[in-house]
Amino acid sequence: MMAGPHLGFIVAAYAVAALTIGAMIAWVVLDSRRLNTELARATRALDRAKGGAKGEVR
Amino acid sequence: MVNLANPTAFVEVARRLLPWLAAATAALFVAGLWLSFAAPPDYQQGETVKIMYLHVPAAWMATFVYAVMTAAALGTLVWRHPLADAAQKAAAPLGAGFTFICLVTGSLWGKPMWGTYWVWDARLTSVLALFIIYLGIMALWRAIDDPGRAAKAAAILTLAGAVDLPIIKFSVDWWNTLHQPASVFRLGGPTIAPSLLLPLIVMALAFTGLFLTLHLMAIQNEILRRRIARVTMLAAHEGDRLAPGLAAGGA
Repeated sequence: MMAGPHLGFIVAAYAVAALTIGAMIAWVVLDSRRLNTELARATRALDRAKGGAKGEVR
Repeated sequence: MVNLANPTAFVEVARRLLPWLAAATAALFVAGLWLSFAAPPDYQQGETVKIMYLHVPAAWMATFVYAVMTAAALGTLVWRHPLADAAQKAAAPLGAGFTFICLVTGSLWGKPMWGTYWVWDARLTSVLALFIIYLGIMALWRAIDDPGRAAKAAAILTLAGAVDLPIIKFSVDWWNTLHQPASVFRLGGPTIAPSLLLPLIVMALAFTGLFLTLHLMAIQNEILRRRIARVTMLAAHEGDRLAPGLAAGGA
């Protein structure tokens, strides 16, 4: 690409788009990781509660 | 045929589809960017036309995502599809992101071409209104605790906001605007030279692939969020059921 008089505007446009797309990807990926961790913790809590309930029956 | 209304079946299909979709999107971005930077300068805009390879696909996605959300809102209110509200909620931040790219890149193109970053022209103002509607829908989801009520309220707001879509599309025909009229999707065919049209189309496909990939992942996240709520509630219920027995045993 030829460095024209408006190069700064072009670079800024691509930088903003890259940052926004990066933020969208990060939002989805980090949310997925956090939720998977949270689900594993909640499942463990449920298993513990069920284990306690079985103990109660016995 | 796989029943995609079933969240478990949907997650399984999405899990298989996502690697292929992500790889195709990455390949389209590489090809699109290469074509964009290899394309000749426009005879009027010069090299500034390169901003159009981001601005135009982002503008298309801004309205396309909202159309998807409108269909999902109908799915929530009319057909009560179990994944419609998840699809609607997951799409809103992505639509806001594409609209933000559209507004900023348009502004950065406007300064060297029109001599100003912003004018209150019908096309620009209606797209800014779309961005505010996206933010409003996201805020509404966060403001209401009950997911069922939040889904209905967000669906109604989404349907009301859909009136902005034809305004955006036809604003350049209905009013005298600084923004140029449609030059790709128009009767009589595109008015853009093929050497400039090809990178635009490839970038548009890349943006579409990006939306589909992130939307599938975000819907999966919504399904996970519901599972967590259900499992947490079950655990609390088991705990409550056990507590009186424990209290009695302790007494």
